Amino acid sequence: MESLSNRKKVLEQAPMNFWERIYLPAIFKGMAITFMHMFKKKETIFYPEVEREFSENWRGMHSLKRDENGRERCTACGLCALSCPAEAITMISAERKKGEEDLYREEKYAAVYEINMLRCIFCGLCEEACPKEAIYLDGPIVPADYLRKDFIYGKDKLVEAPLN
Amino acid sequence: MEKVKVTIDGITIEVDAGTSILNAARQIGGDVVPPAMCYYSKLKDSGGKCRTCLVKVSKGSEKDPRPMPKLLASCRTAVMDGMEVQNITSLEVVEARKGVVEMLLINHPLDCPVCDQAGECHLQDLAYEHGVEKTRYEFERRTFDRIDIGDKIQLHMTRCILCYRCVFVADQLTNQRVHGILGRGDASEISTYIEKAIDNDFSGNVIDVCPVGALTDRTFRFKNRVWFTKPVDAHRDCPTCSGKVTLWYKGEEVIRVTAPKDQFGEVEDFICNTCRFETKNTSDWVIEGPRQIANTSVISSNHYEIAQPPPVIKTNLVLQEANKEQFEKATRS
Repeated sequence: MESLSNRKKVLEQAPMNFWERIYLPAIFKGMAITFMHMFKKKETIFYPEVEREFSENWRGMHSLKRDENGRERCTACGLCALSCPAEAITMISAERKKGEEDLYREEKYAAVYEINMLRCIFCGLCEEACPKEAIYLDGPIVPADYLRKDFIYGKDKLVEAPLN
Repeated sequence: MEKVKVTIDGITIEVDAGTSILNAARQIGGDVVPPAMCYYSKLKDSGGKCRTCLVKVSKGSEKDPRPMPKLLASCRTAVMDGMEVQNITSLEVVEARKGVVEMLLINHPLDCPVCDQAGECHLQDLAYEHGVEKTRYEFERRTFDRIDIGDKIQLHMTRCILCYRCVFVADQLTNQRVHGILGRGDASEISTYIEKAIDNDFSGNVIDVCPVGALTDRTFRFKNRVWFTKPVDAHRDCPTCSGKVTLWYKGEEVIRVTAPKDQFGEVEDFICNTCRFETKNTSDWVIEGPRQIANTSVISSNHYEIAQPPPVIKTNLVLQEANKEQFEKATRS
């Protein structure tokens, strides 16, 4: 059919000459390029042994913070769970008993605090919603695992280690 | 009955003589209704304490058109024929209300993350709408220890704004008053008169009338946040009260029972303690349907218009059987 745009070019393929037909020069040329790359600087790193530096506003795994006396800051107000667009956070609150003042900062605390890392989209809205500065997404990349249930992180994985 | 004409923010309405400005505004509805922390239409003599309902009267009446010299508490001022009232259209009123909110918050602890009332607290709404973001108060706030009034009600005097509503409930609904206010001015506090437990049938209503978290339900204490629960209207045959309530569900479980509240946050009917504290099973109630919640409320963020669970959460046996192997693989320990 006649071309409408008149910009069509018909490519004519010339028959290969002798050197092209035996392929060897092209193969050696390609091998030379591959060989040269062995002496160039590598762009990849060996994660997880080596980690790249994260940017300052990187949002990774959550951590529940402690205050300057080592008490848990979280008071189970539920604002993180309310703001969470993926509904990844659940918690059960409990009342602080007498003698636990050095464990929890407020009279209410989260007895169970769970984040489903498969649901979490790391948007950081929980961090913004928190009135007690208790949750921050300052951890590393959430590690891979085999079972779905192992991605539900409880307080054992989320709460910061005690001060000493 | 004699009718009088009153104009509130440019909207004219005819009301019965003797109606308060606040109630006239409530008959108009919408944005012109002044907020009220202490006035409660179901409680006689309530109002005049908190000053949040201040309005400006720019024309006294048809006979005496001089404006009133000061802002007036609209819950305690009766309308006059031809009266002109400014509420949100007056900058003076808006400024004054801001000051009142600051005043109410002086001794109020900002422990909303802990407080069970958060999410349905009138002071929270008021401060959000009219208040300033920061407090200027630098001195120590007054604090009290928690007091248990009986085994069902808890009093946090620290959070109290002295609206006297609970005292009127104790006075007017219950037979003998075991609950009042001691002290004056800055030193006044709600007292149960030597912590005598209230064992009246209607004592639980002090929880509902309290605009802040000063009087809370001990059976609901720290159970859950209000916005994670689902309100459902229900009723039952109750020999002592009307039996009309709102059930607050978390999953399958009723975790709290309150009286249904109208658009001004006032209960429609007072309910008895048996309905409120003793009957917390779905089988005790006839479910009417989900409760309508204003979409401006945080409670509506978790509120669905259908009572039954959506089909996606229903257990599907066919699907379960088909994915049995994978499910076991994923959940093995």
